[in-house]
Amino acid sequence: MSDITVRIWRGDENGGEFKEYVVPAQEGEVVLDVVHRVQAGQAPDLAVRWNCKAGKCGSCSAEINGRPRLMCMTRMNSLPEGEPVTITPMKTFPIIRDLVTDVSFNFEKLKEVPALKPKPREKDGTYRMMQQDIERGQEFRKCIECFLCQDVCHVIRDHEENKENYAGPRLFIRYADLEMHPLDTNDRRKLLQEKAGLGMCNITKCCTEVCPEHIHITDNAIIPLKERVVDDRYDPIAWLGRKIFKRSSKTQASA
Amino acid sequence: MTRYGVILVTLTDSNPKPVSTPVSLGGARGGPKVKTLRKGAWWLPQLASGVGLALFVAYASWTAIRNGHYYVGIMPSHYYVGSGRDYLSPFYSPCLTNSCVNTSNHVFNWWKLSPAFLILIFPGGFRATCYYYRKAYYRSFWFSPPACAVTEPHKKYSGETKFPLILNNIHRYFWYFAVVFAGILTYDAVLAFRFSGGIGVGLGTLIFVVNAVLIWLYTLSCHACRHLCGGHTNTFSKAPVRYWFWKKISVINPHHMLFAWLSLVWIGFTDFYVYLVAMGTIHDPKFF
Amino acid sequence: MTESSVETHDYDVVIIGAGGAGLRAAIESVARGAKTALVCKSLLGKAHTVMAEGGLAAAMGNVWPEDNWKVHFRDTMRGGKMLNNWRMAELHAKEAPDRVYELEEWGALFDRTKDGLILQRDFGGHRYARLAHVGDRTGLELIRTLQQRAVAMGIDVFMELKIVKLIHDDSGAVAGALGFWRNSGEFVLFRGKSFVLASGGIGKSWKYTSNSWESSGDGHALALWAGADLIDMEFVQFHPTGMVWPLSVRGLLVTEGVRGDGGILKNSDGERFMFNYIPPMFAPDTADSVEEADKWYDDKNFRRPPELLPRDEVARSINSEVKAGRGTAHGGVYLDIASRRSPEYIRRRLPSMYHQFKELADVDITTTPMEVGPTCHYAMGGVRVDPDSTRATVDGLFAAGEVAGGMHGSNRLGGNSLSDLIVFGRRAGIGASERALGMTSTPKISEALVNDAISETLLPLTRSDAENPFSVQHDLQETMQDLVGIIRTHRELEEAIEKLEVLQDRVDKVGATGGRRFNSSWHTAVDLKSMITVSKACANSAILRKESRGGHTRDDFPKADPEFGKINHVVSFKNGAMSVTPAPLPVMPAELAVLFEDAPPVSNPTPKGGDK
Repeated sequence: MSDITVRIWRGDENGGEFKEYVVPAQEGEVVLDVVHRVQAGQAPDLAVRWNCKAGKCGSCSAEINGRPRLMCMTRMNSLPEGEPVTITPMKTFPIIRDLVTDVSFNFEKLKEVPALKPKPREKDGTYRMMQQDIERGQEFRKCIECFLCQDVCHVIRDHEENKENYAGPRLFIRYADLEMHPLDTNDRRKLLQEKAGLGMCNITKCCTEVCPEHIHITDNAIIPLKERVVDDRYDPIAWLGRKIFKRSSKTQASA
Repeated sequence: MTRYGVILVTLTDSNPKPVSTPVSLGGARGGPKVKTLRKGAWWLPQLASGVGLALFVAYASWTAIRNGHYYVGIMPSHYYVGSGRDYLSPFYSPCLTNSCVNTSNHVFNWWKLSPAFLILIFPGGFRATCYYYRKAYYRSFWFSPPACAVTEPHKKYSGETKFPLILNNIHRYFWYFAVVFAGILTYDAVLAFRFSGGIGVGLGTLIFVVNAVLIWLYTLSCHACRHLCGGHTNTFSKAPVRYWFWKKISVINPHHMLFAWLSLVWIGFTDFYVYLVAMGTIHDPKFF
Repeated sequence: MTESSVETHDYDVVIIGAGGAGLRAAIESVARGAKTALVCKSLLGKAHTVMAEGGLAAAMGNVWPEDNWKVHFRDTMRGGKMLNNWRMAELHAKEAPDRVYELEEWGALFDRTKDGLILQRDFGGHRYARLAHVGDRTGLELIRTLQQRAVAMGIDVFMELKIVKLIHDDSGAVAGALGFWRNSGEFVLFRGKSFVLASGGIGKSWKYTSNSWESSGDGHALALWAGADLIDMEFVQFHPTGMVWPLSVRGLLVTEGVRGDGGILKNSDGERFMFNYIPPMFAPDTADSVEEADKWYDDKNFRRPPELLPRDEVARSINSEVKAGRGTAHGGVYLDIASRRSPEYIRRRLPSMYHQFKELADVDITTTPMEVGPTCHYAMGGVRVDPDSTRATVDGLFAAGEVAGGMHGSNRLGGNSLSDLIVFGRRAGIGASERALGMTSTPKISEALVNDAISETLLPLTRSDAENPFSVQHDLQETMQDLVGIIRTHRELEEAIEKLEVLQDRVDKVGATGGRRFNSSWHTAVDLKSMITVSKACANSAILRKESRGGHTRDDFPKADPEFGKINHVVSFKNGAMSVTPAPLPVMPAELAVLFEDAPPVSNPTPKGGDK
């Protein structure tokens, strides 16, 4: 087999540049293998974050030929042959070095999520949930927190200032997981609209396109959340119904 | 920039707790300062849907302004007599004003413009606030973003939090009307089986039936519909009827985009067919 | 920043490792009022626990009401070939169900039975379907649930921080832990009253492994260097089914769930060879004909298929088939579920396996058999602990999870590791917080010890012309794979020990280019110290165990020796020298020993509801 040329971004917060590395091609490799071979030979100090190399931990997120992807799940033979492969760090997060970015934004946002507040157990001491009750939530819990959806989301990718009041697709899945949880009694709708920036999302679906777990982030999490927010504040008929019948679908959580 | 909220101290001091910093803004980003590193024709899908939408808007405007040749009927007609058919263009259904050719109605008498304008507010509003079309026009016309991982041209971005885009939240009201309209178009499709000699099937009949089916598929695969019919429930096992609806709608909902386009193209085509037949340009073949 | 000024934190409890055990320990410790730090080498939630697929074993009896902790205890002991610490196995079997219910309360969404209870699945070595699971991504569910609980409790997490050394106070208790931020290369000192090791395994020392780079045996090495004992280090589990092709993913795990759900093993002649390898110990429970085995999936009155024997048996059998020339082109055997189950069933039950083979090997497992072979998976051995408190043999040190030894004996049953994490993680949280809260003042540590450790850690960076750490790591992995692998002999182990001495020399002289900020070559150079230490502990224990038992198979001593069945090997480290000594197994009390008196009965229970 022929040689592969990779152009890897090398640099830190003070700037950087592409460096080109040529390695012999090998059968059945993924991009992360090539990066590792560069690291083991020509560039031992190349910074790259990775763990499981099996698409399960979500550590090796980067942008390959400009597309946010997991390096361990991008097979070399899926890329155009004979062309150099460009590898850059995730653009939305501050750079630490080379391909490693500071993703603490996401962890900070995760701290803001009001936790599950489970309803009491049944009389026999168990929680009864049917398979159909949990399947919807299980899709969201497949998330491996690679943060590629956060990276690709133009709301913060192109507008740094929005980071303050925008949680991002990964967090919306988390909110959906909790809001639709059969045991949960919290209400996060006010928080979602006012602090988590659900209204900032214009459902252009890039998060869904890049999700390596193929979670239908937009259709199954974000839009249903938007509809729940509409129930809460943009639907006068629902509001009137609640007033008349003194019924609240959920108790308001403090934001 | 302080990461993970830690503070540097000497060995003799000690820091009781790492301070959790709020999200730090303005950190330097990596990678080259270019609009995108994507290869290939990433702009093509957006261009295609943009052109498609623009063509449809142009066609719909022409149809609405046309204010004629929208009915092929067995009823007394100024335009077309004795065809033995009952085809009403979906752009003009239901016929509401006095000017309407196949009805006499006095409620909307005051309306002096083409009756199509009165009608198009509803399906137009349904589509304009539709979660799929929003994606399409934000990408194609507003470049927000132009494509995934391609920098958008705007300095500021506030999404759907401000007027007028915040109005997109009323999508479900348009959906209620859309259900009514889907009913009306179904009724029109039934009428399309009426011929002067009794019941029959012409090419137009088939076009009207397909039109009604596509409109239903588009209307029922709507995200607001999915939420209203069952998605709002958290414990499906306790709401079997809603679960049944939600399950069924969840099957077609992933194809909402496909139905959006098919129904859009077909409704235009249906109108155009009626127009051609009403003009006498073509003859509507009757199969049996 | 000069080396005399180090970022310092004072805590009651410092937990090293944020996988299942570390997170569970942190939750417990904070709940009991101890000021707790959780330190991890990667980002939070990326620990190796996410890789666990099949499920967590707990005798809840949701599918089989006959199941109870005694049966689970018995299965665990027999799976470990009776070398387990009986008290750990007892605690584990008794407490696992409560720990699972707790996870449910914290938001975990396990698959359900028809009655709305937690569904349990079959796994090798477990008499009843016992594994609570979420498809084939149970580990992810476990770590996410614990992580979210920990975040909600406001636990202080130090991410991407590698601990390089435990530091004693004057009394000889562990009182400090020195580490560095991987991002910046700056050092951090934790002073505390209790230190919990929850650092996972050692698998990175082998070439074909299901473990990530993190599993460099840091906790094992830290404990040893700090004067604590390790036990059972010769026992390393080779999971029978790892991917063998393409080379880049060789070793990657293929869940046991494939076999539990109907997958069978075939050699290149197309023969279902496992029937030829049923050991006498399990013969009464195992089907001896294809007909009987195939009936088991639908009717549990029949005996289990031999593909579901404990992992050590299956791994050895695959190894023998390949050695006998009946392997596939890439040196594995076939794992076939395609010809036995419908594509829809496979995609529903094994979504991540389907995904993994499709994306990484371009193989559709619904139409094509998988090529699999043994892969280094789990260290049964680890820090010697007191079962009830998880206290190590050095004051101030605790250990839980894979880094702790004793629980699994010579071989771990599938599904017992996740339950181990939460049972003993909680106990470590209790033990550590109780010790810390009982102390009045924070122990003092000397600045000199800290400075020495810092200088030592920085050494590789001063030798930029020296050998590249990646090549040393490569040679270490080759040595362990070839000479301390699944089948061992005295001659090869001797050779390994010699080679490891040479490698130790190379590790001591290795150099890293570049600076201190996120420098992979420096990180590897530092990790190598742990890797070489645990490798030596393993090889030196293995050469002394002149028998075959569980995860330790000797070609020159193919049978289990009852005399060796009475001892554990204890590894200790004093004055720079490692020694291995035998220690008698703790004696099981009579009321538990009675469980093992009768010959194993034929499985003939009837299921209660739930899907089979």
